Amino acid sequence: MPEITEHTLRISASTDELERIRHFVADHARNFGFGDDDINDIILAVDEACTNIIKHAYGWQKGKPIHIQLGMRGKEMLITILDEGKPFDPDSYRLPSMQDQLEQKKRSGYGILLIRKLMDHVEYRKRKSRNEIRMTKKR
Amino acid sequence: MSKFEIQQRSREDVIILDIHGELDAHTAPILEKELQELIEKNHVHIVVNGTGLDYISSAGLGVFMAYIEDIRSKEGDIKISNLKPKVFNVFDLLGFPTLYDIVDEEQEAVTRFKP
Repeated sequence: MPEITEHTLRISASTDELERIRHFVADHARNFGFGDDDINDIILAVDEACTNIIKHAYGWQKGKPIHIQLGMRGKEMLITILDEGKPFDPDSYRLPSMQDQLEQKKRSGYGILLIRKLMDHVEYRKRKSRNEIRMTKKR
Repeated sequence: MSKFEIQQRSREDVIILDIHGELDAHTAPILEKELQELIEKNHVHIVVNGTGLDYISSAGLGVFMAYIEDIRSKEGDIKISNLKPKVFNVFDLLGFPTLYDIVDEEQEAVTRFKP
């Protein structure tokens, strides 16, 4: 098994931090040898996951923790995002219809769809008081 | 912190919004406020020129979705032009090109408002 390299960013749940998160992820993805298109996919997926945590898991309460861990193993980047907020039930998620969203003037629900389209593998886990999203992207 | 700015100008009775920077959950309220003000003034022929837009997440796309029905109900539209390929890709992933007029050049967007 190849060695795993890990990098961690601990931030408080606020949209102020989204740019810092994107830079952190982009810098490490670039160092790991990803091309621009893959880097764009990865930073958007991580932004969407963190935005969902800020909005839904923590309900916009500032100061709550989000941990982002990046692991590089072989040709794969493993991203783990942890929070201590309200758990997300992926089974309850229904793919939004764009036409319905427009008619109902809804604007959310697309983050999860984007994450699934952008990453190779995505899974949600609940561990005691912590929620975990794990996603991977191959180089 | 994410940076996002809007400059407004008009061209042949069409409002052009030149948007610059990164449109995410932090900056989306800036675009939202701009669109709300235009709707209140009944300025509903709008072109969003994305020449300076470097990044968009679904929170940014959500602003377009939240106001397009209001604008179309007033016989207006939001047309989008000059997107960088990496930004267009995000619009495309969510199927926006079937529901919004997204064109290469601002002139084409303006022309499409003519009867």
